[in-house]
Amino acid sequence: MIERTGKWLLGVWMTAVIAGAFLYAPPARGLGETTRILYFHVPCAWIATLAFFVSAFYSLRYLQKKHLELDGRASVAAELGLLFAFLATVTGSIWAKKIWGAYWNWDPRETSIFILLMIYAAYFALRGAVEDGEQRARLAAVYSLIAAVTVPFFVFVVPRIYDSLHPDPLVNREAKIHMDPRMLTVFLASLAGFTGLFFWVFHLRSRVKHIWEQKMHGVELTGDRT
Amino acid sequence: MNWASDSWLIFRKDIHQEFRTRYALNAIALFALTTLTVISFSFGPVPLRSVLAAPLLWVLLFFSAISGLSHIFVREEEQETSDTLRLMASPTAVFLGKWTFNMVLLLAIEALVVPLYFVFMDVPAENTRLLVFLVLLGSVGLATVSTLIAAIIAQSSSRGALFAVLAFPITLPVLISAVHGTRLAMDGNSFNDCLPDVQVLTSFTVVIFTTGLLVFDKIWRHD
Repeated sequence: MIERTGKWLLGVWMTAVIAGAFLYAPPARGLGETTRILYFHVPCAWIATLAFFVSAFYSLRYLQKKHLELDGRASVAAELGLLFAFLATVTGSIWAKKIWGAYWNWDPRETSIFILLMIYAAYFALRGAVEDGEQRARLAAVYSLIAAVTVPFFVFVVPRIYDSLHPDPLVNREAKIHMDPRMLTVFLASLAGFTGLFFWVFHLRSRVKHIWEQKMHGVELTGDRT
Repeated sequence: MNWASDSWLIFRKDIHQEFRTRYALNAIALFALTTLTVISFSFGPVPLRSVLAAPLLWVLLFFSAISGLSHIFVREEEQETSDTLRLMASPTAVFLGKWTFNMVLLLAIEALVVPLYFVFMDVPAENTRLLVFLVLLGSVGLATVSTLIAAIIAQSSSRGALFAVLAFPITLPVLISAVHGTRLAMDGNSFNDCLPDVQVLTSFTVVIFTTGLLVFDKIWRHD
């Protein structure tokens, strides 16, 4: 019941965010209409990072409990993270072409998201190279944790040591918010919406994976999980 | 201090085994020399500026490390001695022993290759002491990451290709900071100019080494 209502609420919320991004929020001074990408690009990058830490969290839980279901969740979170990292890269690239004149120029932010993509790719390469389920889960979980302690260095340290052209309205050195209140409203609503979207898809995918794996191993499904 | 003496024993065992075949030593040294020759050949007599020379040096060191540092764990799996080692010593001792071995191996290779790089390439080295310091600091990070990833890939099926793929994203903070710092040192900047790079290198190495100590048990033990 809660799930069904939540699903509809999420749909309405995201529709409102999309409408708000194009109709309600004013364009930023100097950058014009292109700033509307902010309401989609930044949440994508946020979800890519969030998914990464969700994956690391379930990896840690797996190492503690050794339930393959937890490993399944870690890998589902990583799949979604890969998708959103890709979306963030593409949307950012399109924006960069319009504003900076090139799709790609190794700006620190671009470097960071590219590294995140590479870590996800490496994670799945490792999963593909280990046959045994338990061993795959264990090694992938450890790699995920090692990567998780590396990522803060990229996301926070590297862009701050080297100069960037990337606008940073929310997380900046002065820790102040330079944004029109209407823009901020839509932006925060979008962040919340994307986060909800992520957890909804994450939940769905985890369940599907769990059921699929039980079928693969010929285990009877017990109870009704709806 | 059981783990300390155990890790020293494992280190000595690996040194003995290495000098029986000199597999890793030869592999890395020849790989590094070949790469150095390729770089030197392709640039010819053109003098390199630090913008190019610093990244090239680290690309050389990174791939040299990748070419041989996984051997320490792969050998244990291939000769099927890893299970005995699991019974004999604690994971911490194994990690420290193997880490020390890789560290010594990498430094030995660098003692050969880095001076040759400067001789062959006619690269500026204004602040030599800072340069040596940064190469050493970067190498600690490089060896630590390599040792951890080597332990992971030794248990997978496609060891060679996977090593570079897994190690690269984790090593990147080291590479970015080391390249940046090395470039500044080549141009004769002072220690204070490189301070951010030194900070990243040091903190990253400490963090990854600690993580290594914590998670190595999970990589090493089958249960």
